[in-house]
Amino acid sequence: MTRTPSDLTALSLREAGAGIASRAVSSRELVEASLARIAATDGKLGAFLAVAADRARAAATAADARAAKGDRRSEFDGVPVAVKDLFATKGLVTTAGSRILEGFVPPYDAAAVERLEAAGAVIVGKLNMDEFAMGSSNENSGYKPCANPWDLARTPGGSSGGSAASVAARQVHGSLGTDTGGSIRLPASFCGVVGVKPTYGRVSRWGVVAFASSLDQVGPLARTVEDAALLLGRIAGHDPRDLTSSTRPVEDYLASLEAGARGLRVGIPREWLRGGLDAGVEKIVRGALAAYERLGAKLVEISLPHSKYGIAAYYLIAPAEASSNLARYDGVRFGLRADAKGLREMYAETREKGFGAEPKRRIMLGTYALSSGYYDAYYLRAQKVRTLIRRDFDEAFRSCDVVAGPVAPTVAFQLGERTQDPLQMYLADVFTITCNLAALPGLSLPCGLHPESGMPVGLQLVGRPFDEATLLRAARALERETPPLPAPPLRAGGAR
Amino acid sequence: MALSLEEVRRIAALARLRLSPEEERTFAEQLSAILAHVEQLRELDVSAVEPMTHALAAGEAPVLRADERQPSLRPDEALANAPAREGTFFEVPRIIE
Repeated sequence: MTRTPSDLTALSLREAGAGIASRAVSSRELVEASLARIAATDGKLGAFLAVAADRARAAATAADARAAKGDRRSEFDGVPVAVKDLFATKGLVTTAGSRILEGFVPPYDAAAVERLEAAGAVIVGKLNMDEFAMGSSNENSGYKPCANPWDLARTPGGSSGGSAASVAARQVHGSLGTDTGGSIRLPASFCGVVGVKPTYGRVSRWGVVAFASSLDQVGPLARTVEDAALLLGRIAGHDPRDLTSSTRPVEDYLASLEAGARGLRVGIPREWLRGGLDAGVEKIVRGALAAYERLGAKLVEISLPHSKYGIAAYYLIAPAEASSNLARYDGVRFGLRADAKGLREMYAETREKGFGAEPKRRIMLGTYALSSGYYDAYYLRAQKVRTLIRRDFDEAFRSCDVVAGPVAPTVAFQLGERTQDPLQMYLADVFTITCNLAALPGLSLPCGLHPESGMPVGLQLVGRPFDEATLLRAARALERETPPLPAPPLRAGGAR
Repeated sequence: MALSLEEVRRIAALARLRLSPEEERTFAEQLSAILAHVEQLRELDVSAVEPMTHALAAGEAPVLRADERQPSLRPDEALANAPAREGTFFEVPRIIE
């Protein structure tokens, strides 16, 4: 049978890896198919900020040599993937989506990149994102917008927009993103892929450009739950270079993946299915919950009374941490430097020219919240509310094993629709943000297409700390019951 | 609560940001709207609540390494991205007039 490149790009990460293992396909063929797909589609999609073709070809050749010797490093050794441009990649430009880091070439790889490459994954490029991971639509990229492969007039979600769009558009078989307030789960939901935000501390943040250090977490995006489990199993684990990285052993996520949902207690927060939720989204989410019941899970009503304060607490804590983390971009050691006579002028001018509107807005907000006289009223109060949000989940997990609900109140919105109103943009994260504040693992699973717009809708699952295994098992149980999504049309206006 | 232009300028100076007059006006408006939204946190009585000062799960503790010398970046690697350098130093504009 003749094999076309589109057959190859449609393979899941596991299928592609199995093909290399059985020598039915080579890593080099998969990488060429991926590069050709990127060349053919990325002009209209905009998922990549950099493509590293030579580096990918060299890595593929090495993977094929290993396959010939039967010396495979992982189930996805030799399979093309890509990473958000927030991850430092040695010798490969890393911008964090910001002009202030234009041309920055890191002298080292991020820990998650090291681990992916140690497992043999072939990194074909760096993915588009909101500047410094600040945004929910990828429109804050300092370079170019990224479109949604289901409808090119819509946003892919953010901040890991390129990470979701590239996987959905079959440019790569999996990707890495980061999630500070929903930045993996929201684009995963908008683009119809699986996205996992692990427990805080499960994956090393070393080498990831810092945004809000108490909330940032690295995670995989993939087309199947199994692929996400494979990727997570490889990037998770202790790293002495990140002092918040946990020493707990990493579970074998595949071992329990097919265990089903029988007996699982699925908590439904009554606050999440109230007003403000799009009717079509609600219908699909309720359909997914009904499917759990058919599978033998028990639906339990729970309450997260403080979740409505999540956005407010987040938009004090995250900007406060960001204003401190972004102080390093001062034109001295790396990145952009503006010409100026004195040092102070150089700082101010460099930061004026290098930062886009959103980082500036958050630096201002964070500086204000931390400034003398306002610290107690804003930052400290937000940290206390964060405790209340975490307690809500602690209480909920006494009566359920996972929490389930929508990822976002709507499907992907139109490009340009919310760029003038930062607060409206922030509200896209209303359901995802509490999971970061409580430092819990969360997952977005595609569970259908919206009845009117034809856009993908994701179901969000949130688990106990370090219980990614239950989260993935629950997601897999529903995935088996859900018809797989067709390939996205890559057209403006979507499928209809 | 509404932020005055003067307040916006004071914060920008603290953050080493230079803003155009238009940005000052936009930020005064947008930051005021965001601050009005976060005002809702005042509804809660948090007097007896401990702040969440770290994000580690219960039973987790930061893992500190031994205080020993470890390999680090070589000076030429650390300086490779410097906008301006002199020998093994980062060069900056004049600090003292």
